[in-house]
Amino acid sequence: MIRGTRGRLVGLFRSSALLRNNSRIYNNYNRRRDVLVLKSLDHVRCYSAAVSAVKKLVDDVSLEIHTDIQAAAKEQSEVRNNAASTSNKESKTESEAAILSSSNALKHAYQENTGFGTRPIYLDMQATTPTDPRVLDTMMKFFTGLYGNPHSNTHAYGWETNKEIEKARKHVADLINADPKEIIFTSGATESNNTVVKGVARFYKKTKNHIITTRTEHKCVLEAARSMMNEGFEITFLSVDENGLIDLEDLKKNIRPTTCLVSVMAVNNEIGVLQPIKEIGEICRKNKVFFHTDAAQAYGKIPMDVNKMNIDLLSISSHKIYGPKGIGALYVRRRPRVRLEPLLSGGGQERGLRSGTLAPPLVAGFGEAARLMKQEYESDHKHITELSDRLTKGLLSVEHATLNGSPSHRYPGCVNVSFAYVEGESLLMALRDIALSSGSACTSASLEPSYVLHALGKDDALAHSSIRFGIGRFTTNEEVDYVIKAIVERVKYLRELSPLWEMVQEGIDLDSIQWSGH
Amino acid sequence: MGAVGPTRIEVLHLYKQLIKNSRLFNDYNFREFFLRRSRESFKANKHLNDSQAIIDCYNRGLEDLSVLKRQSIISQLYTFDKLVVEPLKGSR
Repeated sequence: MIRGTRGRLVGLFRSSALLRNNSRIYNNYNRRRDVLVLKSLDHVRCYSAAVSAVKKLVDDVSLEIHTDIQAAAKEQSEVRNNAASTSNKESKTESEAAILSSSNALKHAYQENTGFGTRPIYLDMQATTPTDPRVLDTMMKFFTGLYGNPHSNTHAYGWETNKEIEKARKHVADLINADPKEIIFTSGATESNNTVVKGVARFYKKTKNHIITTRTEHKCVLEAARSMMNEGFEITFLSVDENGLIDLEDLKKNIRPTTCLVSVMAVNNEIGVLQPIKEIGEICRKNKVFFHTDAAQAYGKIPMDVNKMNIDLLSISSHKIYGPKGIGALYVRRRPRVRLEPLLSGGGQERGLRSGTLAPPLVAGFGEAARLMKQEYESDHKHITELSDRLTKGLLSVEHATLNGSPSHRYPGCVNVSFAYVEGESLLMALRDIALSSGSACTSASLEPSYVLHALGKDDALAHSSIRFGIGRFTTNEEVDYVIKAIVERVKYLRELSPLWEMVQEGIDLDSIQWSGH
Repeated sequence: MGAVGPTRIEVLHLYKQLIKNSRLFNDYNFREFFLRRSRESFKANKHLNDSQAIIDCYNRGLEDLSVLKRQSIISQLYTFDKLVVEPLKGSR
């Protein structure tokens, strides 16, 4: 046996020597010894298996890992085509030829640029943002050495992580002028919103049973409010005007003695509209009602001050500010104190409001992201405003394109535009080289038009043809120019196919047409 | 007497190093961002006179440089397809 495998055995010895060398690189004494022991054990026990596995010497292994998204994109388009063909079979009324021509049309609308890469431009910063390399740099050491539980206070491993957590907490608090003690880490803005809407309402349910929110809130606030309805609460959903702003008089009228909470989001995730937070805060403070704002899209991007704006509770998400996903925070005012019932019961971490061990890598990454948002505020704001102006100007130069939401009260990084007489989804399909969305990521799976645009009084057709562009720190001028060019070209192309567009060009008022078959 | 600030050559060397390491990023967006920020911040602090402020800025620059050195390596380890705005075959 030995004779037959002798050559390979020598090879194995060499490669294990290589591993031994590499394992010496570890600073950690224990780990180094463990690795060495493991390797030598391996070598005895799994001898025959290892020999067959090691085909050649392993010293020319490439360290690079390449992720090819072409395959994923191809798969996705196949799924889409299959879905389209099955739905086509169901609707026999449409002629097959028309369907074929329309899918061909989409293929024509999308033109590949030879000599360039294939990965789409990322313009969906409202869904999530890329993790800043500087944030990753802070997180790395928590995956390599700082693994202590921040809540263990009997040894140095716990202390060092706890110190980092408190540092992060300070960075997160500084950005909204809060005290670090008022920040509670959660798993994200959805958890923060749920904690507030359910927690505050449940705590005060003996005396109060009314919550006020708006129609354009994020789904998690709306759904949390709806579930409180089942617990006997009354919910008022405030309407918004065509600009997406709430009416302050309307808010004042709706506050009752039994109102315990007003929840209004700062920046809307779909249309980027900025609500008059300061004024709402004043009204709430005057009426002694707690004011919660969902600042997932606003935190770090527009100036916010919980004291000047009289905010009692504020939800924050880390992955919207170039931080890691899976972490967020909730600001809970201490003076005057806001009481709430925690969603989770447990060890009483985070002032007892959110039990469960914190995730130090995520918290530290979040803290660093917040620090960078503060440090880079001027530069980011200037850059994003510049790109946003350029994009808005370019897109609105298309005929019958309208900007959704208030043009003045807005966060410039979110541009929502409707292209009349073009189907939003087909435009998105023709724009495979740009990562965009027609609205919130939560609802993009379903084909129902955005409820936010509905609340603004837009009709179904316009809501269907809307596209949201998100600009961030890492977006470049070049990308924006590419996007403008692509959109202008493809809107024109898709409109040329549309009979509705032909009628509009001929000057026929579409509303005056009596459609047959109804 | 305060600490002696970095010399002109040291500052220029730091700038060159920052640019060089920014260029090493495989990711288009990160590369462009760090190039833009490096240029912007050096331009913005061009007329800095206060020696303590210069020392602070210089030290921050050194820290940034070490982050860039580490992260540009990571960016080269985990690579992705080129973006549609990036010309293929290296020529920038």
